[in-house]
Formats: sequence, C-alpha cells, structure tokens
Amino acid sequence: MQPLLRVDKLVKHYAAGRSAGSRDKLVALDGVSLSIAPQSTLALIGESGSGKSTLALCIACLEHPTSGSIWFEGIDVAALHENQQRKFRPRIQLVFQDPARSLNPRWTALEIASEPLIVRQDTSKQERENKALELLDCVAIPRRLASQRAHELSGGQKQRLAIARALALEPKLIILDEALSALDCSVQAQISNLLLELQSSFGLTYLFITHDFAMAAHLADQIAVMDRGRIVESGPAENVLRSPSHQVTRSLLAATLPITETPGVGLEL
Amino acid sequence: MTPILEVKNLHVAYSARAGEICPALVGVNFVLGPGEILGVLGESGSGKSTLAASLLQLLPLNGKIQQGEILFEGKDLLRVSPQELRRTRGGRIGLIFQEPSSSLHPTIQVGRQLTDVLSAHESLDRRTLREKTSQLFAAVFPTGAERISRSYPHELSGGQRQRVLIAQAIACRPSLVIADEPTASLDPTTQREILLLFRTLRQKFSLAMIFITHNPSLLTDLADRILVLYAGRVAETGPTAKVLSSPKHPYTEALLQCLPSHLREDQNMRKARLHVIAGDPPNLSLPAKGCLFEPRCTQRMEVCKGSEPPPFTVSELHEVSCFKFAG
Repeated sequence: MQPLLRVDKLVKHYAAGRSAGSRDKLVALDGVSLSIAPQSTLALIGESGSGKSTLALCIACLEHPTSGSIWFEGIDVAALHENQQRKFRPRIQLVFQDPARSLNPRWTALEIASEPLIVRQDTSKQERENKALELLDCVAIPRRLASQRAHELSGGQKQRLAIARALALEPKLIILDEALSALDCSVQAQISNLLLELQSSFGLTYLFITHDFAMAAHLADQIAVMDRGRIVESGPAENVLRSPSHQVTRSLLAATLPITETPGVGLEL
Repeated sequence: MTPILEVKNLHVAYSARAGEICPALVGVNFVLGPGEILGVLGESGSGKSTLAASLLQLLPLNGKIQQGEILFEGKDLLRVSPQELRRTRGGRIGLIFQEPSSSLHPTIQVGRQLTDVLSAHESLDRRTLREKTSQLFAAVFPTGAERISRSYPHELSGGQRQRVLIAQAIACRPSLVIADEPTASLDPTTQREILLLFRTLRQKFSLAMIFITHNPSLLTDLADRILVLYAGRVAETGPTAKVLSSPKHPYTEALLQCLPSHLREDQNMRKARLHVIAGDPPNLSLPAKGCLFEPRCTQRMEVCKGSEPPPFTVSELHEVSCFKFAG
C-alpha cells in the first residue's frame, strides 16, 4: 500500500549568523526520511532542539525545506509553487501544544471551529455555523458552550476545540505537536480516547510528536526517534520499545523510568 | 521529632469580580518532618498552586487566607511580623515556580541574580558573596559552572535555567523548599536530571521539600509521602509506595488508572480506550454539600451526598477522606 506521507532526505537550514552576509547556518533537519501508512499513527519522539517541530512545519507546507521531498498522496508538495501548495494545506492540519496560545482567547468556540471554513468561499455563514456545531459534537464539546469564549473553557475543552478546528476541512493527515503534554493526566486519557475514535470514524492518519514514551507506546503503530535533525531509529512501536538499538532511544526510554540507583528496579504504575 | 511545617485547618478563598467567594482550599491539614519530601498531587483546579502561594502569603490580591495556622519551625507564619515574613521568604523557605523563563531577569547575568538573593538575606562582603555564589553554582552545575554564571537567561537551555532557580532557592540554606511543577516545561532526560538533583540536595543539605505536580510518575522514588488534593480538599495522604501501588481514595485510584502503563506487557491493549474519570471537576463557586468527588465516583454511597467525609486512618500514616473507610 502506498504510504500517505513519505518524507525523503529532507534538509532544512536556517541562517544563524549575526551579520547579514554571514554564511553560518543552523541545521534543523539533516536528511530526514520517514513514511506513514494511511490511517495509522507514527509517533515522532525527540527532545527539544531535535527538529521535530521544524519537520512538522515543513510537512504542513508552512516552511520551505532547503532540499529533499515530501510526498503526500503521491505528489511532492515541497516542489510545488505556493498557489498549488495552498490546495494541499487543508489536507494536512496541525494541533499545537498549548491551546491557550493556539486559539484566540477572545473568539467563541463556534467562531474558532468555523473559521477554517471561510477558506471554502462557496459556503454561507449559516452553513459554516451548522458545520461548526457538528464539529463540536464530534469532539464532545456540549453545544451550550458554543458561545463561550476560548479563555473561558478548561484546558481539555480548549484542546478539543483545537482538534475540532483541525477537522473542519476534512484533512487526511493531522500533525499533533506535543498536543497532550500540557494537559492533566486524566484529561490526556480523555483526549487520547477521542483521537482514537476520530481516527477510526474519519480514517485519519496521525503524526504524533511527543516526548512522552508511555503515550507513544499507547497510541502509535510506528515510532521514529529524532536527534539533532536526524531520525536515528524507527520501526514498529513494540520493536522500538522492547529492543531499542540506538543510544538516544535507550537514554530517552531510561528517562521515563522512576529515578533509582539501579535502573530496572522501581515502581511501575 | 518536631515537624518543620504544620498546616492546620487551612481555608483559602478567592473573591470573583461579581463578589462571590470561591473556596480554593478547605480544611487542609498536613505535617512535614525535617528532610522529608512531600509530594502534593493534584490536577488543575485542585488548589495545589494556591497551597504553594498560601504557605508564604503570596496569593494574588483577590485571594484570602480565611482561617488556619501555618506553623513553620514552631512559629505561625500567619501571625508573624512583616519583617519576619520577608526574612523567611527566600531565606528560611525557598521557592521554585514553574516557568523558568519568566522567573529570571532577562538582562542580568544569572550569577549576579544569585548573588542578589544572597545579599537580600545576608550581610556579606563582596568576596564572600562571590565565593558562595560559586559554591552554589557548583552544587547545581557539575560542569561549566563558571561559564554559566556569566551567561544571560536566554543563552541557557530550559534545564539550565531551572537549575539556576534551584540554586536561588537553596542559596540561603533554607530548611524547606516549595517547588510548584518545577519540571513541567522540561524534556524527559532533563526532567530526570532535575529530579536526581533534588534528591542529591535533600541528602546533602537535609532539605525538606514540598513537590507539587499533576504527574504521579514524578513522585515515585522522590517523595517520601504523597498528599492528594481534589477540589481544594485533602483526599488522601500516605507513604508514596502505598498511595501509588494501592490507592485508597476512589479519585486517586481513578487517576492512576488513567495513565497509559509504562511499556504495556500486553500488546493487545495498545490503542485501547484508556480509563477516564467521568464528568468534570466541580465548580467551586457553587455551595458544596457532601463529598465533592461523589458525582464522578463509581463507588459512591448514599452517605456521600449528605456530608463531606473527614479523614479516616487506614493504616500507619495513611489517611483517606472517604466514607468507604468510616469506622
């Protein structure tokens, strides 16, 4: 089966020098390759500075890679012109870590969920609002909250709203960039269940960026580990977790264990 | 052994713009021994940050400590002079808050920011100040302490900034440090290093700590005891191992069941629904009758609706505020 997304030797440099003519560069992505099968979940694990968010932005066509390809549904979206890329952006959506910052706090839930639909110029305001209410239903936000402003919602409700917004244009791929990290544990469980339901109802594919191995173990079919702009290890989730081969993977896994003198001894929740 | 901190019957409330009073902490009692680490476990709205702020009377303007006693080294902090309170804050009790990026002055070198803490509390000559600053940096930075001391906050990583805050908190050799979600914004490996650092500091300086978090897995092997907060009330307190492996309060039980297990043994459980706690946390501005967890509790009984459960002792040092354990 053709992968929904295939990233091939992606490179991204940022200019880093202080002077305008400087040739110093920051290498954010150093030849990243990965693929995601349709309706599956790839967890991308790495620490800050590993390049995960840069990769997310490139895949979502919000950043231009320096070189390499991004094959989405068989087309190299990285090679397209801006006008053509625009057609693909609705199919790849992003959900960010902190909904307090990714949602306009003064907009109502209805306004936020319906905003992406304005891109579809052939819809009326009423149609957009109806669709937005359906989206709120999908993410289990009670309709009575539709007129609440984002800042009045709880953390979990805000993140559900961010997911509703991401669903508005019927995407194929949703990139979740640490989307659960800022939430309480019990709320993480709720949102995790929601994501699984939506994946099954809408045939969604997820790129789940996280540093939480436990959640990755739970949600992912495949895991890829990133370090300093490169994928250092990847494979089926159970293989990577049970027999990690790369040092970075091993030290990330060790970091999730309770702190003891001897790793391997300690409470398991 | 005299406890370092005794909190008795603490009630704290916030007043909203419209005038209604919203209780944030109700009848909170706990004791902390010297060199002990107490983990305060609570989710958003549980009152955990209010607790941290109340202990040193750093509540916002609309917050009020309505009643209770906060006995630190025998003295009630709610009744000491403002000067004594100022000496205690930062001097006898250290504080570490959540956002290292907003707690440090952006245009002052971090070494100087540490020296400032020292000179605020102790009258030392310049050389002694410099020496003490170096020692403190060396205690939290195993390598590169000198270079880091001369850096600005934006030149440091999140983990390094957090270490600077920890150095500030222990600068005046306090007997107690209160840390509110100190590892929230950090990567797992950095988080683990910070937790290990806390453990080392506790051993080296006999430091008592209150470690506030919403993540139970951080408390394993760090905290001696855990206090679980729900809706401003203490739900359960007990030794860490007991509370985490056999929680007694239905809320604690439900919370721990929400966690995806560490490297699940049974791969068929992957992508299965996680256990959730039904419903939402209560609206604390509405009057409370009965146990506040009752609407969401799978083990509720008739008596739970009528009055709030007091703490019942289930075993040594393990108390649960739940009618399941009455008599």
